[in-house]
Amino acid sequence: MNGAPAVVATSSRAMVATLALVATLCGILIVSAYQGTLSAVTANKRVALERAVFKVVPGAVSVKEFVAGPAGIAPAGGVPAKDTVKFYAAYDAAGALKGIAAEGSASGYADVVRVLYAWDPARQAITGLGVIAMRETPGIGDKIYTDAAFLANFEALDARLDASGTALANPIRVVKHGSKRNPWEIDAISGATVTSKAVGRGINDSAQRLLPRLAPNLDQLRGN
Amino acid sequence: MTGKSPRIELRAAPHVKRPVGVETIMRNVVLALLPIAAFSVWQYGLSALALLVTATLACLATERWVNRLAGGPNTLSDWSATITGLLLGLTLPPSFPLWMAAVAGFAAIALGKALFGGLGHNVFNPALVGRAFVQAAFPVSITTWVPAYAPDRFTSFIPTTFTLPFMTPPDISAWAKAAVDGFTGATPLARWKFENLLATPADLLSGAVTASAGETSALLILACGLYLAARRFLDWRIPVAVLGAAALTAWAFQFAGPERYPDPAFVLLSGGLMLGAVFMATDMATSPVTPKGVWIYGATIGVLTVMIRYFGGLTEGVMYAILIGNALAPLIDQYTQPRVFGARGRRA
Amino acid sequence: MAIPGQQPLSHLEEFMEGIWKQNPVFVMVLGMCPVLAVSVSAVNALSMGVATTFVLLCSTLLVSLIRNVVPKEVRIATYIVIIATFVTVVDYLIAAISLAVYEALGAFIQLIVVNCIILGRAEAHASKNPPLRTAVNALGMGAGFTIGLFALGSVREILGAGKLFGVALFGPDFQPWVVMVLPPGGFFVLGAWLLLFNWLKNRAAGSAGKLAEGGAHG
Repeated sequence: MNGAPAVVATSSRAMVATLALVATLCGILIVSAYQGTLSAVTANKRVALERAVFKVVPGAVSVKEFVAGPAGIAPAGGVPAKDTVKFYAAYDAAGALKGIAAEGSASGYADVVRVLYAWDPARQAITGLGVIAMRETPGIGDKIYTDAAFLANFEALDARLDASGTALANPIRVVKHGSKRNPWEIDAISGATVTSKAVGRGINDSAQRLLPRLAPNLDQLRGN
Repeated sequence: MTGKSPRIELRAAPHVKRPVGVETIMRNVVLALLPIAAFSVWQYGLSALALLVTATLACLATERWVNRLAGGPNTLSDWSATITGLLLGLTLPPSFPLWMAAVAGFAAIALGKALFGGLGHNVFNPALVGRAFVQAAFPVSITTWVPAYAPDRFTSFIPTTFTLPFMTPPDISAWAKAAVDGFTGATPLARWKFENLLATPADLLSGAVTASAGETSALLILACGLYLAARRFLDWRIPVAVLGAAALTAWAFQFAGPERYPDPAFVLLSGGLMLGAVFMATDMATSPVTPKGVWIYGATIGVLTVMIRYFGGLTEGVMYAILIGNALAPLIDQYTQPRVFGARGRRA
Repeated sequence: MAIPGQQPLSHLEEFMEGIWKQNPVFVMVLGMCPVLAVSVSAVNALSMGVATTFVLLCSTLLVSLIRNVVPKEVRIATYIVIIATFVTVVDYLIAAISLAVYEALGAFIQLIVVNCIILGRAEAHASKNPPLRTAVNALGMGAGFTIGLFALGSVREILGAGKLFGVALFGPDFQPWVVMVLPPGGFFVLGAWLLLFNWLKNRAAGSAGKLAEGGAHG
């Protein structure tokens, strides 16, 4: 019907008119539904984000979104520029920086595993893990958020930068169950190695990109 | 398809030989399975016995129930449900809780056989359907292994055996370690895949390894298979094709990467390949009938088994390989029809 | 449905059509993609059922209201636009009500637009019947679809997680049947319900009639 000229034949005119009328009506419906629900949807997303961040950064009461690009960090907003990493800064009631949360993702056994990890600037370590989305086998893959021994890996997972400040001093690695020797290693879940490795890879990839950009600019976050 | 009840008739010549019925074949398969079952009880004790009995009883009860629902004749006497139950029990880990074994038995007969119309109409091997169901339903229990030859195996049960219905079985890794020193809880295939450790052929032949109840002794399975083949109750081409194709594939891989892939003997003797090749792939209802088709079918299963073992997420691939082979069987039959004598085309 | 020369159905009968005689899940076996995909838990199943009912009711009502002014050449295009509109509306509404449900249902909210039940009802019923009758029929169909989804969802949640509406039923030691929350579980449970439904229907018919045969569609 695109740009169809008003033909003399009445049936065509009626068809175009009907479709135009219905489309207009539907457009109005969609726009009003969008406007009517926009604030609720935004609030929901905010609550979900805060809940996820507060879970991995205990003690935090507010959260701000930032992006880290090659030039430094900036508050998130608008269309994200290319080559930036999104992260969340969590603050306690007094307004002091409690920790950084960021998303890591890597493909697991069934689908992409998306996790949210917390990074503590004071201890230079990863201090918490939450799962955002996964479709791993129930009873096996979901141990990444039910298995206490696995979660204990993320109480103080070493994530300090090397001397040049461009990469992690020790890449975060997943090792076979029972063979964790170093603080930057993650002890895999026996029987769920693929999912465990996805978690480790997701965190490592994200931290390698984010932390070198973040570390020099921490004061900017504290000042907020 | 139901067998006639045996009776003695005295007649004068000429004698016409009575063709071998379903019942005779099935009874002999059960006979051939008994030594394997007995050996599994010797290895794993009371729990294996309870497991085999439960799986068989569940299959028989389901068969009877389905008979009644369908209003058909009683088909318990053709022994086929007994075979399904025994085979199913032999493919489960000895520590498998009995209630799960009963679920597997129900799934085997109800989903694997009755829904397709009973014996002879089923597309897939019923025992493997039952195992596939519990593999998907209870992935943890079906990969929990216990050591063979535990000292008190004839006086006490494995702690998981009597798990209450619908309840999670207790963790038995501590029990297994206490029962046999140095027990690792992994099958030879898993140890190869994740730790690169190879079990010796002698251990695999004699059954001194961790595995499902009835797949440990390759030697015994071969002997029982030979008996059936000698009496022509199974098509010898199928096991030969399965094992031959698996060995060839394994050999080719080992030739390409000797440090990554194990030798063909390990592939043949470990896991359920022997039991699957001899007793499951040969199921008459679910394998092709044409001479050429039988070879293609067996070779498909052999190659698939090795592929799944090497490249899949699971450590063992025999079950899925045979199920895929079953699904292909009608197609294989269709494309390998022999030429009718005197006819010009492939199909008269 | 009003067939010429036949006594029109009463409104109650019209409502019961969708629940019993022409149940979209158990009799027509329509809209199987959402039925199999989102019936892993009772909450997801109910949400999906309510969302579909909403779209069904609103779009068939609108179709029925404009049935006499739409030229028949463009009727399908019109129906699709109307259905797509209400699907978009419901998409926003669910996101506003609960983000958790929104994420659990995922793409299947948008996929309501291709649910055969809705276009089928618009074409076969709403375009030939007055608004009130259409609304009653659509409500019945929606209720029937929701009941079907819930029947699957509750069984799969009880067996697959030992819970109903997220409440544990059997204590902490329950062994979940993982297969029930995987795709094959959907087929098993659907098959079992179809078996039961047909058995009940045959018994109600009072004779051992032929099993109602149903082919699965989109």
